[in-house]
Amino acid sequence: MSEMLKIVDLHAEAGGREILKGVNLTVEEGETCVLFGPNGSGKSTLLSTIMGYSTCKVTSGQILFKGKDISSLSIDERARMGIGMMMQRPPNIFGVKLGDLVKAASKDEGVLGNAELFKMEGFLDRDINVGFSGGEIKRSELLQLTAQKPEFILLDEPESGVDLENIDLIGGKIKDLLYEHAGPVSVQRHVSSLIITHTGQVLDYVGADRGYIMKNGRIQCAGRPSDLLKHIKQNGYGECDACQAKTIQ
Amino acid sequence: MPGKDDSVREALKTKGAYGKDIDLDAYEEGDRDADSVKDLEDSEYKRYMENVGVVADEMERSGTLMFIDNGMSHCSPKTQEGLEMSTVSQALKDHDGLKDFIWKAMDPAKDKYTAKTYLEDGDGFFIRVKSGYHIKNPVQSCMLLNKEKSIQNLHNIIVVEDGASLEMITGCSTIRHANDALHVGVTEIYLGEGSGLTYSMIHSWGNKTNVRPRTRCVVGKNSHYTNNYVILNPVGNLQSFPVADLSENASATYNTICIAHEGSDIDTGGMVNLNGPGSRAEIMSRSISMGGKMCARGRLVGNSPGVKAHLECRSIILKDGGATLAIPELEAHAADVEMTHEAAVGKIARDQIEYIMSRGLDEDQAVSMIVRGFLSGSINGLPESLQKELDSAIEQANLGD
Ligand SMILES: Nc1ncnc2c1ncn2[C@@H]1O[C@H](COP(=O)(O)OP(=O)(O)O)[C@@H](O)[C@H]1O
Ligand SMILES: [Mg+2]
Repeated sequence: MSEMLKIVDLHAEAGGREILKGVNLTVEEGETCVLFGPNGSGKSTLLSTIMGYSTCKVTSGQILFKGKDISSLSIDERARMGIGMMMQRPPNIFGVKLGDLVKAASKDEGVLGNAELFKMEGFLDRDINVGFSGGEIKRSELLQLTAQKPEFILLDEPESGVDLENIDLIGGKIKDLLYEHAGPVSVQRHVSSLIITHTGQVLDYVGADRGYIMKNGRIQCAGRPSDLLKHIKQNGYGECDACQAKTIQ
Repeated sequence: MPGKDDSVREALKTKGAYGKDIDLDAYEEGDRDADSVKDLEDSEYKRYMENVGVVADEMERSGTLMFIDNGMSHCSPKTQEGLEMSTVSQALKDHDGLKDFIWKAMDPAKDKYTAKTYLEDGDGFFIRVKSGYHIKNPVQSCMLLNKEKSIQNLHNIIVVEDGASLEMITGCSTIRHANDALHVGVTEIYLGEGSGLTYSMIHSWGNKTNVRPRTRCVVGKNSHYTNNYVILNPVGNLQSFPVADLSENASATYNTICIAHEGSDIDTGGMVNLNGPGSRAEIMSRSISMGGKMCARGRLVGNSPGVKAHLECRSIILKDGGATLAIPELEAHAADVEMTHEAAVGKIARDQIEYIMSRGLDEDQAVSMIVRGFLSGSINGLPESLQKELDSAIEQANLGD
């Protein structure tokens, strides 16, 4: 296996303050990684920095994607290299129809016709994200990502604000993004991902290979996702600061 | 009316309420004996017309009127029951001097531009929809400026009688030799009771052209008036401030869509007098400054109880070097009114551009997608025909650079 994403000692600022304080993290090709961490620890900032949003300014370190340092590339260049992102709170864009963006983003024109699989067929003529509910935003993001066909996806809390009925749909669509299909059977994982989750609900749909815990702008430890989740559920993040272990078994 | 003529002659010295003062003596009267165009499809003017939404094949149009400078060059032979189309000069003969309509809504002594049109006895189109008729497809009119250093002084009258409705598209443009010329178009509109009119103007001028439309619409009880105005290409100096007077339970909607290019000076907007109880109005304006001067005005005057009105001016500044001014005004003379306004001036939010870029579109594509949406997508109720013209005009306006 080779490295899809490798982040080396990454420091980044947002709003004039250092938020990422030396992040090291790797996602192998075909791997699904999850990122845990308390509110405000810098998880969303890390994803936005990888995507290249200008609110996040890299001050030092490297973001290697398929072996190439992308930290000075524009967002669209990164997108065209194969990175796709589901934002936690995407902006409203008045006047621009969701369907037009999906079409413009499409490597796969057929996706528009499959909007009903995302329960989004009634939204193609709506202004992007304007008045969308929490679940509708997630479905819209997944529809766009599916059209975009990225090789590496960044998902920022895909299950937050989603009701139980929609969680199945969203979990299923994320799985579809990650796995290659042979008929109804998901065969082999071919897309890599880094997924922020608090509840771990998404893990019921996609098996994750590796988990990271972020605290205060650094990766505190890595381990099996289920172990990390159990640990967090029992102990919270309180003891992370004192903890010297770099992995949890 | 000799007494009146004197006061109007006096008004030749009256500057417009807004906009740069234009020296009328710098221009000579435009020709009255325009080229007669029989076949629009085969005409050399076709591409100028089509640029401003006037389609030569007249498909899905109820008829076409065309003026070149100060003369009528085409009046489509297509006729339809309930619809009358001719020139004002002809209508004066046919309708006993048009006593109820000529210079009734508009005071010829309003300013030098109306005065000049009055004194030159400007001709223009006359359109009448008879009581109870709903004209399905839009009537289109086209006004072309063809001569450098000339004035086009047109005087148009539209009458939509009780219970009737009409959609109208007016395209105005300069052609060939004309650039530094002056367009003055006085339009008086009369809507009876329970009637409707959608009046859409698409303008495309030269970068030195001066433009002074003067429009006033009297809206009868329970009637609706929509005024759409679109200018996306460079212009010299344009100032327009249409006025509508609403009777009981009448309503008016103004949509204005402008791009102020470098060197252009645009002052647009409009005013609605909500005179009748329960009347409603909405003034919406979307503009982009690409280095030009843009002033978006709106004035709502609530004169009766139960009126409801909203005004919204939004501007995006895409290039430095210009100036953008939004002037929303609300005036009330009754207690029971609900009048609101919103104004916003600024650049496109960075997060929106980047969000679209994150789907693989480059920055120029993202900006033009947002700008296109801002201009055309966010105003509800644009007629489909205009939406199509607007989309293609935006396409040509080259927003990417
Ligand atoms: N654009 C910004 N301006 C100012 N502060 C920011 C900005 N983006 C993030 N932050 C701050 O950085 C910290 C980390 O935020 P974030 O990455 O969203 O955390 P998480 O996703 O882990 O909850 C927070 O304190 C947040 O307020
Ligand atoms: Mg977050």
